[in-house]
Amino acid sequence: MTDTTTETGADVHPSPTAPKRSFLSQLEIDTRLLGMIGAFILVCLVFNVLTDGRFLTPRNIFNLTIQTVSVAIMATGMVFVIVTRHIDLSVGAMLATCSAAMAMTQTDILPRMLGMGLGHPMIPWIAIVVGLLFGTIIGAFQGWLIGFLTIPAFIVTLGGLLIWRNVAWYMTDGQTIGPLDETFRKFGGINGTLGETWSWVVGLIAVVLALWALWSSRRNKVNHGFHVKPVWAEVLVGLIIAVGILGFVAILNAYEVPTARLMREFKARGDVMPEGYTASYGIPYSVLLLIALAIGMTVMAKRTRLGRYIFATGGNPDAAELSGINTRLLTVKVFALMGALVALSAVVASARLTNHSNDIGTLDELRVIAAAVIGGTALAGGIGTIHGAILGALIMQSLQSGMAMVGVDAPLQNIVVGAVLVFAVWIDIVYRRRMGGKS
Amino acid sequence: MTPLVELKNISLSFGGVRAVDNVSLDLYPGEVVGLLGHNGAGKSTLIKILAGAYQMDEGEIWIEGKKANIHSPRDARRHNIETIYQTLALADNLDAPSNLFLGRELTNKFGLVDDARMEAETRKIMARLNPNFKKISEPVSALSGGQRQSVAIARAVYFNAKILIMDEPTAALGVHESKMVADLIKELKAQGLGIFLISHDTREMLELCDRVSVMKNGALIGTEKVGDVTEDDILSMIIMGKARDAA
Repeated sequence: MTDTTTETGADVHPSPTAPKRSFLSQLEIDTRLLGMIGAFILVCLVFNVLTDGRFLTPRNIFNLTIQTVSVAIMATGMVFVIVTRHIDLSVGAMLATCSAAMAMTQTDILPRMLGMGLGHPMIPWIAIVVGLLFGTIIGAFQGWLIGFLTIPAFIVTLGGLLIWRNVAWYMTDGQTIGPLDETFRKFGGINGTLGETWSWVVGLIAVVLALWALWSSRRNKVNHGFHVKPVWAEVLVGLIIAVGILGFVAILNAYEVPTARLMREFKARGDVMPEGYTASYGIPYSVLLLIALAIGMTVMAKRTRLGRYIFATGGNPDAAELSGINTRLLTVKVFALMGALVALSAVVASARLTNHSNDIGTLDELRVIAAAVIGGTALAGGIGTIHGAILGALIMQSLQSGMAMVGVDAPLQNIVVGAVLVFAVWIDIVYRRRMGGKS
Repeated sequence: MTPLVELKNISLSFGGVRAVDNVSLDLYPGEVVGLLGHNGAGKSTLIKILAGAYQMDEGEIWIEGKKANIHSPRDARRHNIETIYQTLALADNLDAPSNLFLGRELTNKFGLVDDARMEAETRKIMARLNPNFKKISEPVSALSGGQRQSVAIARAVYFNAKILIMDEPTAALGVHESKMVADLIKELKAQGLGIFLISHDTREMLELCDRVSVMKNGALIGTEKVGDVTEDDILSMIIMGKARDAA
């Protein structure tokens, strides 16, 4: 199968006598991605049966999505870190430090010490900028230790794990800080959603953009006289994407705000809720943030020089260096980016809890690494995708929540997740060997 | 005529070992200079200094009559020096166009990498260098030694090198592919490029080079015009480490 794809793929003008290719190979979808989506669907279906249909309800799917966001945001950055043959064990601890810094900024430093007063509209945004600065600077510093002082990333970030976890503790005296600013809390998930109408608008815009991207990529290939897939395959892929996006929006829109909460909201505004009034949550802001980051990171990986250099360095650091790439500075950039993403993740995680707690982000480094690896990022470097890592995070979270819903004991849950991680990597190794790739 | 490259009294030590010891060499346009010597004689190290991969301790590099500061591979590229390494220096996980343009990607008006244009350019240059080359969009790990070598050579040729360094370009190749590389060297030489060639194959060197320089233990033993020497002369220089006049 590999061979036929190769030949036809490389042929500029495929002859009409070219052998018939299988349905899937004509669609030219990554089989590995298909396998992961298949595994995800299987996990969902099994849990849905085990929970008598409670797993695939709009409510649970909504919860699953917002629970995944924090780890998924960090996993997109971890892809770049692992692709460049490094590792970051400090992300959970850095998340705590960023979260502590943001919580202190918005509850104490700005309102009291600088006298802005609680509820000032600029507070959440300044807090987020402070968090981003903390994350980026910590990440860049660790990247500098790794890139310029050539201390192994494993050691630097292992040290970082201890340091930043306890810097956070030291900053806050181990206290829980809250409640966080009301606008800030909107990034947590259920407290900040687009509502039904805007969710549809965003969904439709996404469909239009996705189809435009497909079309312009095809046009570009045709302009250069390259091989393109048959029109029906292109249309089918477009259709799958459109149905996927709109289906996702429909599910999130099907989750309705509880009547009691709506009544409270109307009361707070001094209104009376009309009889039979309903409202949907729609797409949470945190999910929107994740999607925007996923697109941004994918563009960075595939279409920017920085992304190209990240993958080249992972594939062959010497070749990258000899090609004039400043691999040391690249390491700093990759870890700084990781730090910035950790800060964004800290916004989502603390906003979801509505406060900063001392143990926020504990063990997140392992979840993030596992998500990236299950998502097909090779620890040997050079290989990995952003969408894979997000799917990996989703699979991990589904397993965890599914088992919790079924009532599996907590120790058993972690045992299963650990086993799945090892199993997934083994499957990946077997798959790559079959496909004839090295690594 | 000004030499394209003048290496003047270059020295470099690693720890206590003098890997390159006071070596001076020059290279003229349209000339192929071969570097011969045992493993560890310092050929590759010398050439990596010119390519910017190593920093010399002492000495000067002059390019086209002007003193050049080469501190990184990027500096070398700025002086139109291209290098084809023994180890090929390709990123295995990327396809041929990405490797060919690595560090010098073509971008569109938004500053994004223009893969389609790079692929089209790669097809064009490959059609000239190696018409059998078809696996354009596969990771280069899937390519044969000769195909990988053509990617490395295409990289040097595409960017209009004036000075080409080839470190064992035929070491991993079969007979047919070696001949292809040899033909290419002749063609590039005719276009006026200066080429430093490193090889273990003395016969091949005598056939391709205008002059050969022999190194031993980091020092230059001597430089000879190939017309003036026999294969045996060269071999004795390599083995005995004595210049011909002194022999």
